[in-house]
Amino acid sequence: MANSKAAFAFEGVNLELGGRPILEDISFSVGRGEFACVIGASGCGKTTLLRLLAGLLTPTSGTVRVGGEPVTTPSREVAVVFQDYSRALLPWRTATGNVSLALEAMDVPAAERPQRIAPLLAKVGLTDHAEKYPTQLSGGMQQRLQIARSLAQDPSVLLMDEPFGALDAMTRQSLQDEVLRIASERQATVLFVTHDLEEALYLGDRVIALYSNPGRIARMVEIPLPRPRSQLATREHPEFLRLRRELFTVMEEIHA
Amino acid sequence: MRRWRGIIVPLAILVVAEIGFRVSIGASDSLAPPSRAMVALMSALGDGTLLANTARTLAGMLGGLAIGGAAGLAAGIAIGFSETLRRASFLTIELLRPIPSVALLPLSLLIFGFGYGMEIAVVAFATFWPALILTQNAVAQIEPRLIEVARLMGLSRLETAWKIVLPAAAPRLMTALRLSAGLALVVAVTAEIVSNPQGLGHDLMIAQETLRPERMFGVLFWVGLIGWGKNAALLRLERWLFSHRGEVDTSVAA
Repeated sequence: MANSKAAFAFEGVNLELGGRPILEDISFSVGRGEFACVIGASGCGKTTLLRLLAGLLTPTSGTVRVGGEPVTTPSREVAVVFQDYSRALLPWRTATGNVSLALEAMDVPAAERPQRIAPLLAKVGLTDHAEKYPTQLSGGMQQRLQIARSLAQDPSVLLMDEPFGALDAMTRQSLQDEVLRIASERQATVLFVTHDLEEALYLGDRVIALYSNPGRIARMVEIPLPRPRSQLATREHPEFLRLRRELFTVMEEIHA
Repeated sequence: MRRWRGIIVPLAILVVAEIGFRVSIGASDSLAPPSRAMVALMSALGDGTLLANTARTLAGMLGGLAIGGAAGLAAGIAIGFSETLRRASFLTIELLRPIPSVALLPLSLLIFGFGYGMEIAVVAFATFWPALILTQNAVAQIEPRLIEVARLMGLSRLETAWKIVLPAAAPRLMTALRLSAGLALVVAVTAEIVSNPQGLGHDLMIAQETLRPERMFGVLFWVGLIGWGKNAALLRLERWLFSHRGEVDTSVAA
């Protein structure tokens, strides 16, 4: 199982919480620069999977590795973007201040921070909102800010937990494309959790579908769709439609 | 015009008191009309005695508040974060907290003698508890997601306390400060009335013993003004600090 090229790997991972099995025999690895999407019904343990990788939870048995090393505690190698951006951002800090927090945690000297923050905010299109507080930003902007903050950590693995679940359809599409652009620019390894099958197909190099109770891998599918992806062309691509049909039946099984 | 409407009722009460006193009582060793109280207040302010006493009371109040508030804040954060500490201290807190702070005046007098020490000690004891309990609550109500973010970024415990916990709890801590400050003034004046021969409380006692109700009412009015001014100042500070966050906690108006 141990793959030297893997950015992260789950090796026979089981997790019980309060005697109840949450995840059962999870094994897969994701290569560097790969965009992996996890889908499943709510409560199937997909967020738990992400929390194990982030070091916020420890498996009951088995090993979670990042860069070949077992994960025991959170590390700066792994950054997380949460769905509830309004709770994950510091309301008393401006956009700049929120990004700065990640740099402060890394002991980046104060004089150096502005020149690192500006390009990050520019990357997510928040240059003109640098001195605004989160409550003065729209939901989409707040999520962009959280993404900028996670990139400030310069992580080798980026975890995203249903990051666009609370956004309207138009904002969601533009953020999907932004995340794809950022991921390809940085050749980032991404684990993206969603309950939206089409979102998973649109974004991922691979889709991992989970069964519920306990969470197990139901299906793992490579997505050979051409990149860069486009909201119209990709979603009308015959392969996209075929995979959608195939995974749709898997999802029906999952929900059944 | 509208903002002055609130002053109508207190003015009317003063006028009624003045007329009532002049019509029915005339002269008294225990009561005084507002006009004479105001004259007494002006002369007490003029000869410097009232200002000197005010400074002493404020010193006792603020000294005790600083010590009790800071200790309560630190203990509240520590207990708020550590389940072990919370369990270990629970019974002690519940046994000590109900002791009326004023009941400690004889003991405090025995230890510190007359002066600032005893007053500050009792005010500190009184304000420690609300500071502790409200800080603990404020910490408990911090968004858990923020603590998770701090962990994921690798902030140390101290950095987390300073950069996440304190600012996140700040609006509630301001409420705690307002409540504690109100209590501090009450306890400081009480200490001066009961045993410490200095400050505004002592001023009231002297007025009583020398049968000068007009000075007593004048000083009472002055104490009310101080309490009101203190509250207004803290509310302004709170608005100024937190206005941009849109999360000022005005649910408790101390």
